[in-house]
Amino acid sequence: MIETMHVRLSRFLRRTLTRPRIDLPLALGLFALATVGLITLYSAGDENMALVGGQAGRFVLGAALLLLISRIPPSVLRNWTPWLYAGSTALLVVVAVLGEGRGADRWLNLGVMRFQPSELLKLTMPMMVAWYLHPRQLPPKWKDIAVVGVLIAIPAALIAKQPDLGTALLVSAAGAFALFLSGMAWWRIGLLVGAVGGMIPVGWHFLHQYQRDRVLTLLNPESDPLGNGWHIIQSQIAVGSGGVFGKGWQHSTQSRLDFLPEHTTDFIFAVFSEEFGLIGVIGIMLLYAFIIGRCLWIAMEARDTYSRLLAGAIGMSFFVYVFVNGGMVAGMLPVVGVPMPMISYGGTSAVSLLVGFGVLMSIHANRKTHE
Amino acid sequence: MRIRRSIKDTRGEGALFRRRALAGFVLILLGLCVLVSRFHFLQVTRHDEFAIRSTNNSVKPRVIPPARGLIYDRNGVLLADNVPAFRLEVIPDKISDMPALLAELGKVVPLGQDDLDAFRKQLKQSRRFDSVPLKMRLTEDEIDRFAVNRWRFPGVDVVPYLTRRYPLGALFAHVVGYVSRIDADDLDRLDPIRYKGTSHVGRTGLERSYEDMLHGTPGYELDEVNADGRIQQVLETHPPIPGRNLYLSIDARIQKAAEAAFDGRPGAAVAIDPRNGQVLAMVSVPAFDPNLFVNGISQADYSALTNDPAKPLVNRALKGVYPPGSTVKPLLALGGLEDGVRKPGDTVLSTGQFCLPGHARCYRDDERYGNGTVNMVRAIELSTNTYFYKLALDLGIDRLSEWMSRFSFGGKTGIDLVGESEGILPSREWKAAHYKVPWFPGDTVISGIGQGFWAVTPLQLGHAVATLAGHGVPYQPRLVMATKAVTEAQPQPLANPAAGPSLISKDSNWDVINEGMRAVITGGTGKGLNNGFPYLIAGKSGTAERFSRTTEAYNTNKNSAYLAARHRAWFEAYTPTDDPQIAAAVVLESGAWGAQDAGPIVRKIFDAWVVYAKGGPPPVDVPLPKPGAPPGNAAPDQAAPAQSVPAEDVPADASSSDGATP
Repeated sequence: MIETMHVRLSRFLRRTLTRPRIDLPLALGLFALATVGLITLYSAGDENMALVGGQAGRFVLGAALLLLISRIPPSVLRNWTPWLYAGSTALLVVVAVLGEGRGADRWLNLGVMRFQPSELLKLTMPMMVAWYLHPRQLPPKWKDIAVVGVLIAIPAALIAKQPDLGTALLVSAAGAFALFLSGMAWWRIGLLVGAVGGMIPVGWHFLHQYQRDRVLTLLNPESDPLGNGWHIIQSQIAVGSGGVFGKGWQHSTQSRLDFLPEHTTDFIFAVFSEEFGLIGVIGIMLLYAFIIGRCLWIAMEARDTYSRLLAGAIGMSFFVYVFVNGGMVAGMLPVVGVPMPMISYGGTSAVSLLVGFGVLMSIHANRKTHE
Repeated sequence: MRIRRSIKDTRGEGALFRRRALAGFVLILLGLCVLVSRFHFLQVTRHDEFAIRSTNNSVKPRVIPPARGLIYDRNGVLLADNVPAFRLEVIPDKISDMPALLAELGKVVPLGQDDLDAFRKQLKQSRRFDSVPLKMRLTEDEIDRFAVNRWRFPGVDVVPYLTRRYPLGALFAHVVGYVSRIDADDLDRLDPIRYKGTSHVGRTGLERSYEDMLHGTPGYELDEVNADGRIQQVLETHPPIPGRNLYLSIDARIQKAAEAAFDGRPGAAVAIDPRNGQVLAMVSVPAFDPNLFVNGISQADYSALTNDPAKPLVNRALKGVYPPGSTVKPLLALGGLEDGVRKPGDTVLSTGQFCLPGHARCYRDDERYGNGTVNMVRAIELSTNTYFYKLALDLGIDRLSEWMSRFSFGGKTGIDLVGESEGILPSREWKAAHYKVPWFPGDTVISGIGQGFWAVTPLQLGHAVATLAGHGVPYQPRLVMATKAVTEAQPQPLANPAAGPSLISKDSNWDVINEGMRAVITGGTGKGLNNGFPYLIAGKSGTAERFSRTTEAYNTNKNSAYLAARHRAWFEAYTPTDDPQIAAAVVLESGAWGAQDAGPIVRKIFDAWVVYAKGGPPPVDVPLPKPGAPPGNAAPDQAAPAQSVPAEDVPADASSSDGATP
């Protein structure tokens, strides 16, 4: 028994390497993005090779996980989905009870490493919504929409309470996109968006003072020269001074002279914009658009409802990263901790993103055989 | 499920999805266009402006942490102040090989293991570009040696800061508390902007409870820097707003006298002004030197303090819980009057033992054959157990605990410190929550003499006596009476209105209790305590058996007598009786008898109060019985162990506490 397990496992691993089941255009897009990310990081991190090496290590780990997960058929993933969702939500509760970490109680210490359970929800959330909608009659009616709303709200509330508004936003968006893709009627979407919009003044009261300050600072950055206002001003100077063609690689004065805080993590895109200008920004936006478009293409090709919704939701939530981080760097959105995908240094986000793309690869490998 | 599946329109769903995915993609492209147009706005439309700001960008803000508010006693004696010092800081982002750096740096500036441990802990939790303190309070020699070698250590700097100093050391360790280095947990809860550049935060005592006021608001300066980041000149300065200074109601001299009166014996004292709740002295013995904690206590010092069996780090006044014994009797008597269960003239025959009707088990008085017929005043004076057994039974446990809860027993007094213990107020609810057996009448009986489940803190008892002394008007105890900003000319008093209406409906009721507590001093256990004192004192002693009688270091202490090892000695008192201005409660952990061991401590506090608060001459010292001697011919307090049933009845195990003989 053990021997067969062993044999099966080694065959699984061997095939992972010898016969990778990946979508080449998507893999190339991700590779290009990772390369841009490392090049930018080298410059933003003052030529610190340890930093670049660490990030490259994360990419390698992420790519390995991507390959592994690409071999797990979507049907298996679908069977696991409720357990994965329940498990990751339970971890959120554990963290809420005995979490530790800087700035927020969102980390779980595993002894060897610390990780954020909220990271898992970025994947298990769209999986769960897709799992729930898979056998239902689509487009969904109010009852199913309400159930999905609860499925989204519970983990999102736990994450928002940590407090980590950025991740809460990403997780809810991933779930909401699955709902959107399931064909929820436009008038229902309109009603729901209107209702959520109406709730904003209420939600304002539930925000921490520092979160409110972040929003208010956006309107008047000069009022807060020691905190986020400084980030916003310096980030805009970096972006604006880049012009159309940029100052050139390794010529970002804003980051080099330490005017731009967090210039390897949340604000790395400001360094990119300063060095590569509007041309670079448009180029990378096209690359992001290509990756998202390819994800949606894979989704359309997928075999069943579950795979379709999941692939589409993962692709679309990639956009939320880009929009929120880009908007923050450009002084258009408040400062929340959302990284620029594959470019910002550190954290578990690069790994969890690649795991998500592993699921896409698996869906691609199990696409409709043909029409 | 199968039926569902059959009506699912799979083909239609596929088409629907394709339409939705396309719609989604269009929306995403629109979103990316919005983003790009914003970048276009910044990089093209406003490019010239930002390009100029970028080249001229040579101004950096630098935070100036605020000076922490100072702490004074009521007469302006400095209890906590700030002294300039230097610390070594490291910016992790600029260090490529941290272990090598620490090894090299250690050769220039000696780094202890404690420094390194604290540094590594904080390093893990800090952001890479925020500097992390490595060693606090550098000596001049260390500063000089580092200055010479500074070029070898980019990213390491000597930074001036203000460190906290407690000139009176251990005397105020438990009241003022101390500050210590901000650690990872603090970083979670503190506002990062307000604490930028600040390395210390209030950890215990008033330093903690008034942290918000003491801290102040940071300022900043705008520095012009060159391409290397070195400051060329300061362009603008927005000075920080220092924290508010605190003025305690405690007089350091009375505090000192109270501490000295303990002569090192473990215990606690609380003295409160009944007219406003201001704390006049608050002592917990033994104490410790708070200065040790400010810049990181060494492991050796810390384990010496935590391993000390006398537990110097515990604020006994706030957190120590002891059975109150007979000290609750005057309060219970007042409850009897207020609830109409007793009239002052009602008498009880004390025969030496009191038996519950229908039960064979009996509870003893202290005197073998009792105190005879006693009324309320006499019962307080003689501490007649039988009187209070009966009173407790007639009130019933529900009324008893409701009445006592008004004095904050079993709850928080609301003092301006963090971490107050609530003690235990016996009640049906409390017992139901902690034991599997119901409330027995015997529990009520022993609750009447402050035994059984009872546990109170010295602060609670001090607060209760102050409330009693103040004719029943409750005030939350307050240590800080005023605060002052540097810009203000005068300290601003902190309002502390009465917490409620008087607990006493008729002043004649108060007079009875006052008469009883006076009698304790003139003829009872406290006889002699008023000798040579310019005002009339009223008081009550209490002696309670310790909860644990088996272990603990006191038993091995050679010079402690058998009794001393087993008893908590209490004394509560107030003065002057015609217009009470100070009320005090003292507990001595290893006293034999409340009156003879704890009483003189109260008297010494009152003596100091006469001199320093009333400006009177020092009261003449009165000869008092030597500690350890038998209690003389004054009626002994309750619970002499050789004959005391109630004391043995103290329920460490509840099964035998029903008060009934098997």
